[in-house]
Amino acid sequence: MTVFSQEIVDRAQEIISRYPPDRERSALLPLLHLVQSVEGYVSPAGIAFCADQLGLQKASVAAVASFYTMYKRRPTGDFLVSVCTNTMCNVLGGQAVYDAVSERLGVGHDETTADGTITLEHAECLAACDYGPVLTVNYDFFDNVTPEAAIDVVEQLRKGERPQPSRGARPCTLREISLQLAGFADERPEAVTDGVPGEPTLAGLRLAAKHGVSAAGFDINTPIPSREAAK
Amino acid sequence: MTSVQTSVYQKLTPVLTKRWLSPDAWRIDVYEQLDGYAAMRKALKAHPDDLIALIKDSGLRGRGGAGFPTGLKWGFIPQTNDAVGKRPHYLVVNADEGEPGTCKDLPLMTHDPHSLIEGCIIAAYAIRSSKAYIYIRGEAVHAARRLRNAVNEAYAAGYLGKNILGSGFDLDLVVHSGAGAYICGEETALLDSLEGFRGQPRLRPPFPATHGLYASPTVVNNVGTIASVPYIVLGGAAWWKTMGTEKSSGPMIYSLSGRIVNPGQYECSMGITLRELIELAGGMLPGHRLKFWTPGGSSTPLLTADHMDVPLDFESVAAAGSILGTTATQIFSDQDCPVYATYRWLEFYHHESCGKCTPCREGNYWMVRIYERILTGEGTLEDLDTLLDTSDNILGRSFCGLGDGATSPVTSSIQYFKQDYLDYIEHRKAPMALSKGGAH
Repeated sequence: MTVFSQEIVDRAQEIISRYPPDRERSALLPLLHLVQSVEGYVSPAGIAFCADQLGLQKASVAAVASFYTMYKRRPTGDFLVSVCTNTMCNVLGGQAVYDAVSERLGVGHDETTADGTITLEHAECLAACDYGPVLTVNYDFFDNVTPEAAIDVVEQLRKGERPQPSRGARPCTLREISLQLAGFADERPEAVTDGVPGEPTLAGLRLAAKHGVSAAGFDINTPIPSREAAK
Repeated sequence: MTSVQTSVYQKLTPVLTKRWLSPDAWRIDVYEQLDGYAAMRKALKAHPDDLIALIKDSGLRGRGGAGFPTGLKWGFIPQTNDAVGKRPHYLVVNADEGEPGTCKDLPLMTHDPHSLIEGCIIAAYAIRSSKAYIYIRGEAVHAARRLRNAVNEAYAAGYLGKNILGSGFDLDLVVHSGAGAYICGEETALLDSLEGFRGQPRLRPPFPATHGLYASPTVVNNVGTIASVPYIVLGGAAWWKTMGTEKSSGPMIYSLSGRIVNPGQYECSMGITLRELIELAGGMLPGHRLKFWTPGGSSTPLLTADHMDVPLDFESVAAAGSILGTTATQIFSDQDCPVYATYRWLEFYHHESCGKCTPCREGNYWMVRIYERILTGEGTLEDLDTLLDTSDNILGRSFCGLGDGATSPVTSSIQYFKQDYLDYIEHRKAPMALSKGGAH
């Protein structure tokens, strides 16, 4: 009857157990990520599942689901391509990247290609301004993108390939990443190991190393002063 | 090399960022080879009150934007035996990094997640909390992979869980992913979100120190604040204060973006100037001249080329009419338009306003429309008055700072760059064809 198997029910119970016994409602955001991992979006059935698990009204769950951008309210592509068009990325070329990808895919903001592969969105600041302009595929970063590089990424996705992000593991599908957002580990061995820091992350450190500068006088044996309070 | 250049490099103080250079420092074994978990061992032998006093003495101020003294915040948690003091205490880490321009917490959690976990253990021990949450921005998926992996490693090592290192202290740490809402970076909205509601700010008082998560005593601290704690425990308050200024102590991660040769993270002694930071970053890009910049994210009023020598500490930036914020230094040049920049920021605030307070919800909606009018050549002089009047009606009239932040680029860009507005209004500048893709 339901798309939510016993395995999902078990996962839901595991999520709920992370929070204090009388505070089950705290599990609602991860539970919404969980149902999105099953159906690829938060459907009415997903809302009902969450409500049932937590003993809430469906309207209460829907009110929360509709507040947050990452919960998709209708079927969404396997790959969510988010192009940052907030001010910094925008002036560095992000708007041109968005426009080029939009034209190539023939879809606008929050629209999905006919084959169901890609949903495009323009995003607000993705917290990688030192790598701008950036786009993400299911939230993994592609840095310093040009319109050409961005089109290459989406064309690879359309061909069923998984292009290598700049600082992370190869993109998951939206369903897979939603399971991680619910707090379950990415089982791929490279998921944690992939992703070395890019040069902007290390810029100040490289300079300090080059010029032999460090925060002087750091002695890890410095005692913690004790007030009269006795343990 | 001249002595002037040498002195600029001396401002670099790699402390919180230092391990990012070490390959695989996100792994617990590598972390432990680099002083990792030494502060925890030291702290668990000290009295919790001595740790609060140590943090007070260090002068550490919150790294999330407001700059509130951390030790004072910890000291507000009631340790009494009455009804309030006996409720469970909570530590909540605000890892919902999203202020436009800000990009320091994601690399920290990705490349050195154990430093945040170690800070959580010490902070929770100090405030007598046995349950801590890290509320991480949903979109930060790779940082979350590393952080969740690190939490599992810490449990396996016995650094989290019951009776940590035989101290009798228990700590359960949960990594909780958000779902895409800038407002949840506001501490009371974050708490509502963590309780499973729409992320909307609460009326204060009461403050989280007494009525936070589950109406219990709660400390909410930024990632950078908590990650600073192990270093202060190891090196001491006096060492921490060798960096920065008297009232703004310690190192600060300055996140430089925009029209400079080498954008990136520069951890420096607090009080460095923009002129020095640009020099560290290799100068402006060829053909670009500094025009405007944000000292600490888009919610901090714009500054100009006249402010290049303002020390970037809490007091000096405030005296210059802006806010130090998150030290997200976004640098724009004469090839960038402050009117367009402000328009894009306002679209952001309009999108992210949670809708609870009318001035912020409606004001941002209408201001976006006025900017569209101005940029497309349909604006009037009266529009400038309307913008200032609207800002006046948003500022200080909403539950949280989101609305206040939205007015920052508006009022400061009109203050410093009125001519750019007039150029659109009086048709000296060609109207823009605003991309439909970028508009909400």
